[in-house]
Amino acid sequence: MADVALRKVVKRYDDVEAVRGIDLDISDHEFIVLVGPSGCGKSTTLRMIAGLEDITDGDIMIGGDVVNDVPPKDRDIAMVFQNYALYPHMTVAENMSFGLRLKHYPKAEIKARVTEAARLLDITDLIDRKPKQLSGGQRQRVAMGRAIVRNPKVFLFDEPLSNLDAKLRVQMRIEIKKVHQKVRTTTVYVTHDQVEAMTLADRVVVMNKGRIEQIGTPNELYHKPATRFVAGFIGSPAMNFLPCRLEDAGGTLQIRLTDRIAFALPPARAARYNALPRTDRLLLGIRPEHLTEAHAHLEPGVETFDTVLDVTEPMGMETLVYFGLEGTPVCGRVNPNAGAKDGAPMRLAMDLNNMHLLNEETGVVL
Amino acid sequence: MSTLAIDKAGPTRKLGSMSRDRAWALRWSYFFLVLFAIFFLTPPLYMVITSLKSSAEISAATNPWWVFHPTLSNYVELLSSNQFLRFFWNSSIISIVVVIVTMLISIPAAFALARMKFWGSATLATGVFLTYLIPDSLLFIPLFKMLAVIQDFTGITLLNRWYVLAFIYPTLTVPFCTWIMIGYFASIPKELDEAAIIDGASWLQTLFRIFIPVALPGLIAATIFAFTVSWAQFLYPLVFTTSIDQLVLPVGITTTLIKGDVFNWGQIMTGALLGAAPPLIIYAFLMDYYIAGLTAGATKG
Repeated sequence: MADVALRKVVKRYDDVEAVRGIDLDISDHEFIVLVGPSGCGKSTTLRMIAGLEDITDGDIMIGGDVVNDVPPKDRDIAMVFQNYALYPHMTVAENMSFGLRLKHYPKAEIKARVTEAARLLDITDLIDRKPKQLSGGQRQRVAMGRAIVRNPKVFLFDEPLSNLDAKLRVQMRIEIKKVHQKVRTTTVYVTHDQVEAMTLADRVVVMNKGRIEQIGTPNELYHKPATRFVAGFIGSPAMNFLPCRLEDAGGTLQIRLTDRIAFALPPARAARYNALPRTDRLLLGIRPEHLTEAHAHLEPGVETFDTVLDVTEPMGMETLVYFGLEGTPVCGRVNPNAGAKDGAPMRLAMDLNNMHLLNEETGVVL
Repeated sequence: MSTLAIDKAGPTRKLGSMSRDRAWALRWSYFFLVLFAIFFLTPPLYMVITSLKSSAEISAATNPWWVFHPTLSNYVELLSSNQFLRFFWNSSIISIVVVIVTMLISIPAAFALARMKFWGSATLATGVFLTYLIPDSLLFIPLFKMLAVIQDFTGITLLNRWYVLAFIYPTLTVPFCTWIMIGYFASIPKELDEAAIIDGASWLQTLFRIFIPVALPGLIAATIFAFTVSWAQFLYPLVFTTSIDQLVLPVGITTTLIKGDVFNWGQIMTGALLGAAPPLIIYAFLMDYYIAGLTAGATKG
């Protein structure tokens, strides 16, 4: 087990820069998830850590040693692929022990390790089957078993759950978390699914266009996004962004959304934003769960407004409501008993204590 | 046969347009299959009939499609003739050596061209295929010239030596087999060799322990091709060998059993049948693999 460090790592393919100088420190035992849209460089980063891609510039360190020119087999890593990449002509046990057999481990130890990994992953009964006799979830377990038996310094996962159906994905997600709690190996996990990232990670690395947008715990990313990209990427349904500007009104700072709608900011927020120029084009970022039905008794910092709903989506435990504000589509989450109906007027409440203010041009959260 | 298929479908569902189409498609396929079967099986049948006749009966004006006095004398004569056994031996050894040489060259070549991305690998792969497109009837004269020059230069006898053929045939088999194998290796998911690399396998270990077992159907298809090509090759041995004891089966049969304008039909047919036996036996054993090899990459993990 070891820590992993990336220093100004760059990957260039001919004239395309896939990874543009990223710095990342992963400590021992940590579960790091790289997340971002396709083409953001997350898989390339993982493959560079694995040694499957050369790095154009910078340094990659595993356990304190620079491994830039170390071949994959000597990096002491194990990787789980999206399509499992099990050897089709070998049984489960042979698949899992292939790496150990290549390294000429004693037979008894190979058997002990395979048995232990199979027990851990609950695939003891499948040990003599061939991959094509297994279901997707079972194959994924075997792929993980192949990684575990090697007892490597680092686990690398490349979108391991993307080929599974939704239900199995949730199940395997929990499974992966359990395995990590038991073996505690440093893990780098790539996914495009922000829910997977949030649920699995100790820290999430959000990547976009070859750069790291933000690194943080799932809660930090959710509650304190640094940029518009992170704010919009993390959370489902996504955060609403409403064009707005700041106004002084009778000694208080208020935020104007439309000609009709302007809210006084709560004191803490007002103090934070007071220094901003009033002319800046700003965006109000508000998550759907902070746009709810209006109650008779309002907490401080919660403001109400009237709107007409376009569409409602009953989800069971909540109802998503969609409406437009000055042409911007907005999503809110209301109580299913609040009486939201398609095309009906409704009074909604916005919790400004949980608002974000962004600079529209730079996308930075202020 | 076609009515049988309809009857099977009949009780379970009504004859919709789908099944009516299907019935007609089946009728047409059976019609053409039978037509082709007749077309292709008639010559071998005629060969079997003729091989069971004596020379006298062959030249007699009786029904050529029936054997009135069946005899195995043609078989006995050929199989007890040292000459014929010599042809058979030459052909067998050449074909086996060609298969081995071809596989030794084309498997590593295909692996390198399919997986190790090096400068010019794509061009080289196309080049290999283009080589195959040049017909052997264009190649034999320059090849003959080359052998003659080398023979003059080194003093090693290369012409009129049957075993030299084993190293000439690969010029025909290697390009095609390499090309087939490139296709097979390319159909193996990239992650499989990456997994092997991370597991600590070298390129050679990846080839022998992952690629060859996974691409076995393709490998067998290539083997069968190489064997068939060298077994049935006529032009090269006709040109490169002349002495009776240096001939291979197809050339041997035609040169020794046709004397001037006298055709020893009974023995020609027998020899051809016996010559067709080894490929048939090999096909029969490897048929399942061969078909799997032709139809699918069969590599889905």
